[in-house]
Amino acid sequence: MTSPAAREQVPLLSVRDLRVVFDVSGRPVTGVDSAGFDVRAGEVLAVVGESGSGKSVTAMSVLGLLPETATVTGSIRFDGVELTGRDDRAMRVVRGRRIAMIFQDPLAALNPTFTIGWQLAEALRATRPGIRGDQIRRASLDLLESVELGDAERRLRHCPHQLSGGQAQRVVIALALAGEPELLIADEPTTALDVTVQAEVLGLLRRLQHERRMTVMIITHDMGVVADIADRVVVMRSGAVVESGDVEQVFARPSAAYTADLLAAVPRLGSRGPAAERDGGRPLVQVEALTVEYGNLLRGTFRAVDGVDLRIDRGEILGLVGESGSGKTSIGRALIGLAPVSGGRVVLDGIDLRSASRSQRAGLRRRIGVVFQNPATSINPRYTVEQTVSEPLAVHRGLRGSELDQRVDRLLAAVGLGPTAGRSWRQRYPHELSGGQRQRVAIARAVALDPDLLIADEPTSALDVSVQAVVLDTFRELQERLGFACLFVSHDLAVVDELCDRVVVLQGGRVVESGERTAVLADPQQDYTRQLIASAPYPDPVIQRSRRAA
Amino acid sequence: MAELTEVVVPDLATDPEDVRRPFRGLVRRPGFVVPAVLVLVLMIIALLPGPVAGLFGHGDPTVCDLGSSGDPPRAGHPFGFDIQGCDLYANVVYGTRSSLAVGVLTTVLALALALVIGLVAGLIGGWADFLLSRLTDIFLGFPFLLGAIVVLNSVGQRSVLTVSMTLALFGWPTMARLVRGSVRSVRGADYVLAAHTMGLGWWRVVTRYILPGAVAPVLVVATITVGGVIVAESSLTYLGIGLQAPAISWGLQLSDASDQFQNAPHLLWFPSLFLAVTVLSIISLGDTLRAALDPKQRS
Repeated sequence: MTSPAAREQVPLLSVRDLRVVFDVSGRPVTGVDSAGFDVRAGEVLAVVGESGSGKSVTAMSVLGLLPETATVTGSIRFDGVELTGRDDRAMRVVRGRRIAMIFQDPLAALNPTFTIGWQLAEALRATRPGIRGDQIRRASLDLLESVELGDAERRLRHCPHQLSGGQAQRVVIALALAGEPELLIADEPTTALDVTVQAEVLGLLRRLQHERRMTVMIITHDMGVVADIADRVVVMRSGAVVESGDVEQVFARPSAAYTADLLAAVPRLGSRGPAAERDGGRPLVQVEALTVEYGNLLRGTFRAVDGVDLRIDRGEILGLVGESGSGKTSIGRALIGLAPVSGGRVVLDGIDLRSASRSQRAGLRRRIGVVFQNPATSINPRYTVEQTVSEPLAVHRGLRGSELDQRVDRLLAAVGLGPTAGRSWRQRYPHELSGGQRQRVAIARAVALDPDLLIADEPTSALDVSVQAVVLDTFRELQERLGFACLFVSHDLAVVDELCDRVVVLQGGRVVESGERTAVLADPQQDYTRQLIASAPYPDPVIQRSRRAA
Repeated sequence: MAELTEVVVPDLATDPEDVRRPFRGLVRRPGFVVPAVLVLVLMIIALLPGPVAGLFGHGDPTVCDLGSSGDPPRAGHPFGFDIQGCDLYANVVYGTRSSLAVGVLTTVLALALALVIGLVAGLIGGWADFLLSRLTDIFLGFPFLLGAIVVLNSVGQRSVLTVSMTLALFGWPTMARLVRGSVRSVRGADYVLAAHTMGLGWWRVVTRYILPGAVAPVLVVATITVGGVIVAESSLTYLGIGLQAPAISWGLQLSDASDQFQNAPHLLWFPSLFLAVTVLSIISLGDTLRAALDPKQRS
């Protein structure tokens, strides 16, 4: 279904030979290299690409919001008027009133010190000269209602910290709509949101676009979002446009090899058959009626985990799925004794954590490896790769010299960081590695002691989709070879489906549903699980459209 | 998906050794070489004032001739004479030792105190943090010079050591706050949590994970403090409660010179020049040191 306006074929925004070069302490670094595409009036255009592809820089250059160090050449024509080379004063007429922008992190985009009402009034005064008093109030209420934020009257008096992520993004959209822009640029508008909230916000954007005959340019890395909302798509890589076309055509018959690779790397729900049945035996991890509470008596407590039962068998990958605030991270931390457990039992290999002696606990920790979500922050920035991987071996196993060297070599080779072309990874510091490489180092460190249990907390959420595919492959290979059990914490059902044996679905600190992977994901028994599955956009425009209609 | 699995390898510096050895790459930078040479020269002067002072043939700072009082520079006396008719060059050279000693000793004492207090407050938190933070606030609220005046007035003998200890007593709070703040921010970092999950010992986590990140900012402040302390010692001495004659220090010389600035400006110029060069060199060395300690800024 192409919206009627899109057929007019009049480019509202036309980008030609765009080149953005940043001056990074004297060195020129190319952010965008000869990008060219059109945004037609009334359509939704998705610009998709991985980090470093230049998609955000392209969006920023349209509004002239790049830092001083950037040099922009080429042409950006909006409604027939050239935008490049305009000074700030001239751009201000365009910003907000004709082109508006919304950002990834809605809470960071709002001013934390003023109320929603104040910020809406500010936006209205800036974009509609002459508006005053009661008009502002009425216009503000209208805006909040149009973004479906309930109880608008009361919301005007709220400050940003009183809103959830989804509510805040609605306010940001309302602010963007204040100037009744012709073009709305949305830079990763749902990346920071939970999947059910993402579905609502995408639905809202789609409706607003339709009702207001607005043109939308959405920047995203998520093929599911593209399939869900876009009419046309532009694929970028390393600052250049690789491919562009109608969304159905690009997804069904990508002309560039890169697009095909990118699509192949996206995990899809339901692409793997049921797992083989494993024999029982004593479970490695047994969690009974676990309760975790944060806070103290003075400030009040918050119950993050509320009576959760689960078990992990030896050699099994258990997927722990839930949205933010579901308690999934707290359960992972409780297993290593880093969460304030206020009730219930955690039994690891027959040892109750609560009654375990100090030395028993220390012994258990050595048998558990942990991989965190963000590899940029979870590795000591002052350690080389070698120091990072060898530390647990040297401290716990007392390995030294050539024995330690060989162990580290084998571990790095196992995660695909063996010496290549005579260049070793061992002496690099984390900042000299890419995100995927860092996460592989973190995985090597976590499996260094040959653990019985690996706790992986969203290990691929901070990575690009192609990198995620490689890291997941590495992970699966290691698991098959070393045979550790794994608690795989994730919000991404498709990733869990590709990797796990059993799945536990959490909501608000309680278990909603659990069982064999295909049973839960293909035939969910609970409404919440169904909602989760329905909310995750499927990376195929035709299938996604029929899912949406259903 | 062969294209995607290809690993992007960032180019290393041409000589990889440069990047690995923290200090090697720095040696060739003018920002390091110039202040390092200057500080080295100053240290030689401080350690061996005799031979350096004797370079122009009048090396004894205590040989004075009132007949030359306040005379401008002339052959054999490159800096001229002070108000007592003593050779100013010899005096400035001999003053280097006490000024540098006060600066370095004070900073080391204050830094040690700040590290201990900041670490304890930042690591333990809770009541320890509350008590130590309020203590820090009390000392911060104390006017630095006024406090030093009160303490030094009640100290009998005012030597380099007592002056340094007094200055350190009022100099640690800013650094302690800085250490506490950075310890608290590093303590909650993911990589410290990761270290705990690896079951590493408490001491190892503190020394390898928390301290290196927390110390870098305070080192820069410490080097600036060295300069500040030398100036503070000069001010105290000028007020008559720093080092006492017959001690020789730049502060004493500046204090004497301030009365005579109209008729003998060289008395002020030369000690000030030494003071300014010392402070600048140490501060720029501190900045280089910070860069050297941060792996991201090497190469």
